[in-house]
Amino acid sequence: MHDAKYIVPGLVAFLVLITLPLWYNAAMGRSAVGPTLQYPEGESQCVLPKDEMKGEHMQILDDWRDEAVRDGERYYVHPDGTTREKSLTNTCLGCHGDRAQFCIKCHDYAGVKPYCWDCHIEPERD
Amino acid sequence: MNVLFSLLAVGVLIALGYLGGQVAGLRFVFGVVIPYAAILVFIAGLVYKVIYWAKSPVPFRIPTTCGQETTLPWIKSSTLDNPHTTLGVLGRMALEVLFFRSLFRNTRMEIKEGPRVVYGENVYLWAAGLAFHWSFLIIFIRHFRFFTEPVPGFILAMQYVDGFMQIGVPVLYLTDLFLVAGLTFLFIRRLWSPQLRYISQAADYFPLLLILGVALTGIWMRHFTKTDIVGVKELAMGIVTFSPMVPESVGSVFFMHLILVCSLFAYFPFSKLMHMAGVFLSPTRNLANDNRMVRHVNPWNPEVEVHTYAQWEEEFKDKLEAAEIPLDKD
Ligand code: HEC
Ligand code: HEC
Ligand code: HEC
Ligand code: HEM
Repeated sequence: MHDAKYIVPGLVAFLVLITLPLWYNAAMGRSAVGPTLQYPEGESQCVLPKDEMKGEHMQILDDWRDEAVRDGERYYVHPDGTTREKSLTNTCLGCHGDRAQFCIKCHDYAGVKPYCWDCHIEPERD
Repeated sequence: MNVLFSLLAVGVLIALGYLGGQVAGLRFVFGVVIPYAAILVFIAGLVYKVIYWAKSPVPFRIPTTCGQETTLPWIKSSTLDNPHTTLGVLGRMALEVLFFRSLFRNTRMEIKEGPRVVYGENVYLWAAGLAFHWSFLIIFIRHFRFFTEPVPGFILAMQYVDGFMQIGVPVLYLTDLFLVAGLTFLFIRRLWSPQLRYISQAADYFPLLLILGVALTGIWMRHFTKTDIVGVKELAMGIVTFSPMVPESVGSVFFMHLILVCSLFAYFPFSKLMHMAGVFLSPTRNLANDNRMVRHVNPWNPEVEVHTYAQWEEEFKDKLEAAEIPLDKD
C-alpha cells in the first residue's frame, strides 16, 4: 500500500464519522424505545383513531387553521358526537393539558420543533 | 434500453419494499436484516476499494496544470490551479471537493454559421451537480435525528434553516426541492442530447433514478402518506444500539424508502458513486507540481550501472591529453 500515512487516517476518519451514532448513543446511554405519553384522563377518543393521529395530527392542525382563520368554519364534530372548536389551544390542549408531557415529549424524541408555540399558548388551569 | 432497464430495476426495488412492509414475516428482514447487511457491504466494500486503489503506485507527479507554474520570482504563478506546495494542494483539493472547481470550467462546443467552432461557458451541469450534492449531504446529516437520542442541537438548527420558508405543515425543506430539481436536470440532460444518450450506460441512469426514488419516497412519506415517525425512530435507534425492533405502526412507504436506501448503500462500493472516495485519491489533483524543484525517483527503478563522463575522462585521460583535448577536471 502506498501513501498509507495519508490514506489510513483518511479511512479511519471516515469510519469514525459514519459510525458516530453508535458512539454517541452508547455515550448517552438512552434506550431505543420512544417516550411514554400521558393520555388525557376521562377521555377515550381523539379526533381520529390513535394510529392515524400519530401521522396526521399536523395535517389536521394545518387544515383547521385554514378553515378557522380563512373560511370562518370554527367547529367540527368530535367522534363522540359533541361539537367542538377547531382550536389548537382550546381543543387539543384542552384534552392534552400538559403540553410538556405530551406534544413536546414526543417532538423532542422525533427532533421536531413546531414554531406554533411562538404564538399559541397553553390554556390556564386552576 | 439502458433507461428502461434502470427504471425497471428501481420499480422492482420499490415493489419489494412494499411487499416487505405488507407481509408480516418479512418486516423484520426488510427493517433490520437488510439494513445491517447493506451497512456492512457499504463499509467493507468502500474500505476494500480504497485499499485496492492505494496499492497502485504513483511514481511520478502528474497533476493537471491549469495555470502558470511557479518559475521565476517575477512571473506570477497560479498557486491554486498549479500548486507547488502542500498548502496549495490542500486549497486546490478543498475547492475541488467542496465546489467542484474543475467542473466549473466545463465548456460547450457549438458549430455556428461559417462554419465556425465556438466554445462557450456551460455552468448548468456544475450548478445542478452542486445543488444536488450539497442537498444530499444536508439531508443525510438531517436524517441523523432518527439515529441519535437526544437529537444534537446542530441538527435542529439545520432543520430550522432548511425549513425557513415555513411552507405547509410539516414544513417543506428547501433542500428537498433542490435535490429533486438537481437530479431531474442531471437525468434529463442524459436523455436530451443524442451524443450523451449514446454514451450513457445503465450504470449512469440507475444511480440517478435510485436516488430520485429515495428522495421522492421520502418526500411522499413526509407530506402525503404519513407514517409513524416515532416508530421509525425506534427502528433506527434499534439498529444503532443493537437492540433491533420493528414497530407495527411503521407503514409501507417507509419500507420502500428504506429498501431503496439500502440498495444505494450496498451498490455504492461497486459503482461510479465511489468517486466520493476517488476524488481524494486523484493523482492529477492531489499532487503538488514540484517536478522542477524536487527530484522524484521512481521507487521501483532497477539499479542501473552508469558510466559518467568524469569516469570516462579518467579512463582515457592520457589519450585526451595527447590529443590536446581540454579536460573538464582542469
Ligand atoms: C377529546 C379529547 C381529545 C382531543 C380534543 C384531542 N385529543 Fe389527542 N388524544 C386523545 C386521547 C384520549 C388519545 C389516546 C387515544 C387512544 O389511546 O386510542 C389521544 C391521542 C393523540 C395522539 C397519539 C398519541 C400516541 O400515542 O401516538 C396524538 C398525536 C394526539 N392525540 C394529538 C392531538 C391533537 C394534535 C389534537 C388537536 C387537533 C388532539 N389530539 C385533540 C384525546 C384528545
Ligand atoms: C405568528 C403567530 C402564530 C404562529 C407562529 C402560529 N399561529 Fe396559529 N394562529 C395565530 C393567530 C393570530 C390565529 C387566529 C386566532 C383566531 O382567529 O382565533 C391562529 C389560529 C390558529 C388556529 C385556529 C384557531 C385556534 O384558536 O387555534 C389553528 C388550528 C392554528 N392557528 C394552528 C397553528 C399551528 C399548527 C401552528 C404551527 C404550525 C401555528 N398555528 C402557528 C397565530 C399564530
Ligand atoms: C406520537 C408522538 C407525537 C405527539 C404525541 C405529538 N406529535 Fe406532533 N409531531 C410528531 C412528529 C413525529 C412530527 C414530525 C412529522 C414529520 O417530520 O413528518 C410532528 C409534527 C408536528 C407538527 C408539524 C411540525 C413541523 O414543522 O414539521 C405540528 C404542528 C405538531 N406536530 C403539533 C402537535 C401538537 C399540538 C401536539 C400535542 C397536542 C403533538 N403534535 C403531539 C409526533 C407527535
Ligand atoms: C442516503 C440516504 C437517504 C436519503 C438521501 C434520504 C432522503 C430523504 C428525503 C429527501 C426525505 C424528505 C424529507 C427530508 O428531507 O427530511 C426523506 C424523508 C424521510 N426519510 Fe430518508 N433518506 C435517506 C435515508 C433514510 C434512512 C436510513 C431512513 C431510516 C431511518 C430514512 C427515513 C426517512 C423518514 C422516516 C422520512 C420522513 C421524514 C418526515 O416525515 O419528516 N431515510 N428522506
